[in-house]
This record gives sequence, C-alpha cells and structure tokens, in this order.
Amino acid sequence: MSIDRRRFFVVAAATLGAVVQDSLAGSGPAGKVADPASAGRALGPTTAADTDAAYQAIEKRLKCSCGCGLDIYTCRTTDFNCTYSPGLHRQVVALASEGKTAQQIIDAFVAQYGQQVLMAPPERGFNLAGYWVPSLAILVAGGFLIRTLRRWTRAAAADAAAAAPAVAGRVDASPAELERLRRELERLPS
Amino acid sequence: MTLLGYLSLWLAFLVGLWGAVTGFAGGLQGRADLQQSARRAVFAMFAALALASICLETAIFRHDFNVEYVAAYTSRNLPTFYLWSALYAGQKGSLLFWATVLSLFAMLAQVLTSGRHRQYLPFVAAVTCVVATFFVSVMLFGGANPFERLAFTPVDGRGMNPQLQNPGMVFHPPMLYLGYISITIPFAFAIAALLSKKLEVDWLVAVRKWTLVSWLFLSVGLLLGMWWAYVELGWGGYWAWDPVENAALLPWLTMTAFLHSVMVQEKRGMLKKWNLALIIGSFLLSIFGTFITRSGVIASVHSFTQSRVGYFFLAFLILAAVASFTLYATRLPLLEAEAKLESMVSREASFLFNNLLFIGIAFSVLWGTLFPILSEWVQGTKVTVGPPFFNQVNIPLGLALLALTGIGPLIAWRRASIPNVQRQFAVPAATGLFVFLILLVAGMRDLGPLMAIGLGGFVAATVTQEFARGMGARHRQYGESLPLAAVRLVARNRRRYGGYIVHTGMVLLFVAFTGMAFKTETQATLRPGESATLRSPYGQVYTFTHLGISQYDALNRRVTAALVDVSRDGKPVGRLKTEKRQHVDALGRNTFEPSTEVGIRSGLREDLYVVLGGLVNGTEQAVYRFTINPLVWWVWFGGYVLVFGGLIVLWPGGGPPAVRRTQAGYAVKLEAER
Repeated sequence: MSIDRRRFFVVAAATLGAVVQDSLAGSGPAGKVADPASAGRALGPTTAADTDAAYQAIEKRLKCSCGCGLDIYTCRTTDFNCTYSPGLHRQVVALASEGKTAQQIIDAFVAQYGQQVLMAPPERGFNLAGYWVPSLAILVAGGFLIRTLRRWTRAAAADAAAAAPAVAGRVDASPAELERLRRELERLPS
Repeated sequence: MTLLGYLSLWLAFLVGLWGAVTGFAGGLQGRADLQQSARRAVFAMFAALALASICLETAIFRHDFNVEYVAAYTSRNLPTFYLWSALYAGQKGSLLFWATVLSLFAMLAQVLTSGRHRQYLPFVAAVTCVVATFFVSVMLFGGANPFERLAFTPVDGRGMNPQLQNPGMVFHPPMLYLGYISITIPFAFAIAALLSKKLEVDWLVAVRKWTLVSWLFLSVGLLLGMWWAYVELGWGGYWAWDPVENAALLPWLTMTAFLHSVMVQEKRGMLKKWNLALIIGSFLLSIFGTFITRSGVIASVHSFTQSRVGYFFLAFLILAAVASFTLYATRLPLLEAEAKLESMVSREASFLFNNLLFIGIAFSVLWGTLFPILSEWVQGTKVTVGPPFFNQVNIPLGLALLALTGIGPLIAWRRASIPNVQRQFAVPAATGLFVFLILLVAGMRDLGPLMAIGLGGFVAATVTQEFARGMGARHRQYGESLPLAAVRLVARNRRRYGGYIVHTGMVLLFVAFTGMAFKTETQATLRPGESATLRSPYGQVYTFTHLGISQYDALNRRVTAALVDVSRDGKPVGRLKTEKRQHVDALGRNTFEPSTEVGIRSGLREDLYVVLGGLVNGTEQAVYRFTINPLVWWVWFGGYVLVFGGLIVLWPGGGPPAVRRTQAGYAVKLEAER
C-alpha cells in the first residue's frame, strides 16, 4: 500500500497530537516516579500563604537559621532541602493568623532568636555606628580632602605669582596672547 | 609520589628562606653574587612547588584514597574535568595551588622585568620568597599538609561537593586566586622601591602593569563567581554581599583606585605617598580576604572548613602590616610631590575624589563585613549584616562613583576653565537628563534605578563624545575613514581609550544591576499539563506548563529532570529543563544532599529562571519557583566589555614608552620650573 508524503505527515501529526494531548491531561493523580528519594525531600503542595507578598516581605527581613546566610523566603524557595526555613515560614504564617502586624511578627522573632535573626541590624544604639560610620568617615575624609586641595592650590598660586615676572621675562607673549593660547589648547581633544 | 611531594614542600620552604635572606642581603649590600643566588632561589622554589602540585594531581588522578585530601574531595566516578579542579577544591590543595602560582609569578617577575628595573629585582625576589614561604609553612606547620595519609584506605572517596561540579567553579577560583596572588608582585616592587630608596616614576611603570594584571584577574574571578552563583546556587541572584565575596571585592576596589591615581603620579609627580599606601593596602586586603575565607571567623557559605590556619594568616597579616607601614613611614620624606595642584576643577582633583569614593566604598564594605564581630565585642550581641545594610550604605556611593566616571574624563588636566567645562559637559549632561526624564515619563519611580540609568546615559555620552572627537580629529588630520580612525585611535592610545571601554563596561554593569529591582517571581505546584503564569516587568504574561518528570542515571549522579514548556502572551518560547541531582559514589551510595540545577533561558530583556523545588509525595506533581530576572544578560556582557577594555589597556605597545616617559617627565619638569 502506498502512502503519499502529505498523508503520512497528516497521520504522524495527528498521532503526535494525540500523544501530547494524553500526556498533558493533568486532571488525574500524577504518576509515581521510580526513585522519589533522589528528588530530594518530599514537599507538600504550594499554598496561598507560600506566595503571599505580605509574608514574603516579612520573611525577606528575617534570616534563616540553617547557616545559609539567606533570608527565610529566599532560603525556602532556593534550598528545598532546608528543614529550617519551612518551619520559620509556618511560624510567620501562624503569627500573622493571630492578627499580628509585620512589625509585631518581626519583634516576636527577635525576642525568640535574638537580633541576629534580622537581615540588617535595627537602627538604634550601637548599631547606628554600623550605618553611619562609613558615611561620616567619607564626609570627614572628603572635608579633609577639600581642605588639603585648597591649601595645595593656594600654594601653587603663590608659587606661580612669585615666578610670574621671571616667566614673563622668558616668554615673548602678552597675557592676552597667553590666555588665547590656553583657550586654543583647551579646544583640542584632551 | 606523596613522599616526593612532601619533600618538595620542604625543599621549597628551605629554598624560599634562602631566597629571602640572600635577596634582602644582596639588595642592601649591593652584592651581585647574593642577588644572583636569590634569583636562582625563586626559580628553584617554583620547580619544587610545581613538582609538589604534580605529585598531588597524580595522586588525585590515580584515585589514591589513602591520601586524606584525595579521599575528601574526589571519588572514582568524578568526571576528569573536575579531577583537575580538585587540586584547589579544598583548603590544603588550594594552599599548594596558591604557593605554586605565586612562585610562578615571582619567576615571571624576574624574567619579564626589563633591564631598567633590575635594581629592584633582588628585593622583589626576597619579598615574593617571604610570602611564598609563608604559604608553604602553613602547609607544613599549620596542619594543612595536602599529602597527609590516612591510617586506612577507603574503597572510594567522598567526592566533590555538587555545587563545585560546575564549569564556573573550575575557572572562578583560579582566576580569583590569580588576582589575589599577583598583587604580591606590585607589593614586592613597592617594598623594593622603599628599601632601595629609588622612588622615581620608573618603579611605577613596572608596578602599574602588574597591578593591571591583578585587577584583570580579580575582575574575571569576581564575574565568574557571580555567574557561578547565578547558574548554580539557584537563589536567582548573583551577588549576596557574603563576607567572602566582600573580601574579594576589597582589593579590587583599592586597585581600581590605584589605577586611576597612578596617572596623577605619572603625569604630575604627585600622590606618591598615596599610591604606595594603596599598593600596600591592596596586598594586605588580599591576605585579609584569605584570612576571612580560611579562618571561619565570619560565617560564610563560601568558607573552607574552620581550621587553625586562620591564626597563621592573622599573624602574617599583622606582621606584614607593621613591617610595611614602618618602612613606609621611614621613607615619607622621600615621597614629596614634585608638582602642586593648580585648581580644584582639574583632572587631578577629580581623580582624588574618585579615590575617595573607591576607598570609601571599600571601607564601608569592610566595616559591614566586620561589624558582626565588633557588635559582639562591644554590646555582646550578634547581629547579621546582610544585603539590606550593604545596599543602603553602598548604593548612594556607587551612584556618586558612576557620576565621577563620567565627570573625570571631561575635565582637563591642571586647570579647566568655565568655557571648557561648559563645552565638555553640554552633550553628556543633556543626554543623562534626557534619559532620566524619559524613564520618569515612562512611569519609573524607583529613584535608585532612575539615577543609575540616567547617570549611565551621562557616562555613555561622555565616552561617545571622547571617541567621536578623537575619530573626527584623525579623520580631519589624516583623511582616514571613521572605522579606520576608530581602530587607530584605540591602537595608538590604548591606555586612554581602553580605559573608556572599561568605563562602558561599568555603565553596562550598573544599568544591568538595576534590573534586579524589577524581578518578579512566583511559586507553584503543578501536575503534568498544568500551568502557572507570571507577568514580566515589561507587561508580558509568561505561561509555564509542567510537561512531566523523568529520572535517569548520568555519570556520578541520579537525575530527576522536570520539563517546562514556556510561552509568552500565548506564543511558544521554548522549553526549559530543571533538575534535582543526587550524587553517588562508584558503589552507588549517596554522597551529598540532592542539589538543584536551574533551568535558565537568557535573553536581552530578561532571563527566565526555573527551579525544581521537589516532588509532592514522590509523584510527578512538582513544586517550582519561576523567576523573571530583567537585564541579567547585560551583566555578563558588561563584564566582557570591561575585561576587553582591560586587555586593550594591558596590551603592550600603543606608542613608544620612551615618548610617554619623556612626556611624563616633561610635565613634571615644567611644574618644577614654574
């Protein structure tokens, strides 16, 4: 039996479509995989609380205690093997469901785990030094730099004034001509 | 082989000590025989350390698991590619790698340094021998002997951490090490200049090239580290202000400051004290970074295991700082400026403000990194200093630095007149303002990205103006076509125009960094055929459809792969695969916790970043995190541009050096005559 090329492709496309349709059904229970253990820790389905922006904002201010250095939200959505961050997330959700505000939840975490649970130290007491010392140091250094530069430029101007007659004697040009020369030079690409 | 390796370490230690003694003595007494001996000691030390490295690599390739290091970091089924990188995957091996590369650089410094700088070489040999001998002594006496044997021979090794089994991790550590290590050479030249009291412009020429080499390696190392973190760690970012990342950034900042301020010394004979302090500081910061990474004093995900080698590094850091700055203080009278600053509105002054910001950022990063320790000392409370702190402190400084990147090249050397400033700034300032207003009108309200992109426009316009003027001048003067004029302009002025290309790379990086402010993400649990949607910052809707899970064995791991079909506004975009990998040894035993391989589709506008979190009850129902990261491609492209510009600056030639030196000397002479 001969089959022309067009017919062959129509049949092949229909078959492929049926196969794809079948595998994409998704309505029944998903099949078991052969080796679940190698896929990491078994997880529960994502809940609305897992993707709630308000909880995320709180969790991004709190550090996971597993030692990863990440905040709770980033850790629980990155290292899915972490056993700490899901628990800490549940604690945030539980506190919120008690009607606590974001700040009250954060305060509760600080009371339980200490200040190091915060991703950045609170801006009070000695911690203010953490925030302000770099800026103050740069301001002080900047002030010192400007003062030094002014001193240098004054000294240079004084030297130039002292040397001016001698230079004028050597250079056969009027101050106006020198100024014109300077302007011409400035117009050249530096 | 391990016995031979261990003996080689001892040989390197003794030869290093000899090289240090003869180098200093030969240099100070002017004895040619001792100087020659120090030079030979450098070569011998390299030979001994290279032999030790070959011995360790041989043990790794032979799977000699009786060697503790080999058993701890490799396994029989580790791919060959990673057997090479196992040399520096652990604390002990990386110390050997460090010492070997340092001795190689020490040898290259002896061989490649031109005759004009020969007077410094005995001291350079001595200093490099001291530093390399220190690293060897850590291995011999600090409990970090890479050739240590076990009392028994395991059937198989533990294998390499899965996160290190990534091409980025093969190249990132050596590049970073090369950057760290090569800082020793400019430091050695600086100490040589101080000891020999020959502090003219000449030594600076030798130092500048080596500093540029270090800067380039560090830049590549940092960029590769960012890339590795992005593609391997799965958190969707590339910089987390981790203490080890910060430690690598510190010397990069001080060296970048030096590469700017050194121009003032070369052209005007000023800032000698400052430049020397920057070189010494950069070296000390590289040792500080090593101390942070290897001591465990500050918690970091990148640290090696906590060990007593940290104390060795701390002691060496303190000794090196005291010795260097004592010597520096005794030579201060010889470091007076040969010229004076004429105007606050000058290129020299702008470089000084640029240095202020670089050092300010370095200080704030150092301060933030050490603040947890300081807080514990002062108030007895541990605090965490994470990204929110660093972003709050450093973003304004970074923006100011970006502004200066554009301002500096527009201001003339010595003194800029008001008409000159107006003429130079008109187009770049208007461009920056235009970009700022366009974004504002388009609805962008986040001040940080607004400022960064607006300033980026200003700097880009500055660079374009500089190129346009240069090309125009060549076109008019030599009748060259514009493309030819562009090529020759860069070729004849590699340092200047290479520098502008580096600035372009920085602009691209800054603008790309702003993309992270607009990233969007969601988490979803999907059965095969189910979809999740996510709106991109540009307003398009991406649909991610879970196609299914497949499991298979590959090399040294069992793979659980999830396939996701992606469409944008209903149109197919492609498929992404993300994996969970359970690494196993040759006997099929699990070696580490399952790791995640991210699925990434990178584009000019945005990256699609898909992470398989895990499976629900061992079924094909999968938990995903979907992220849209804008502008990440431009981070890597900006990195290429930055490195390309650095290579142009470094490339030899670009005009006879004698002419440049004469010009530099002439400028200083003119100043002296005034």
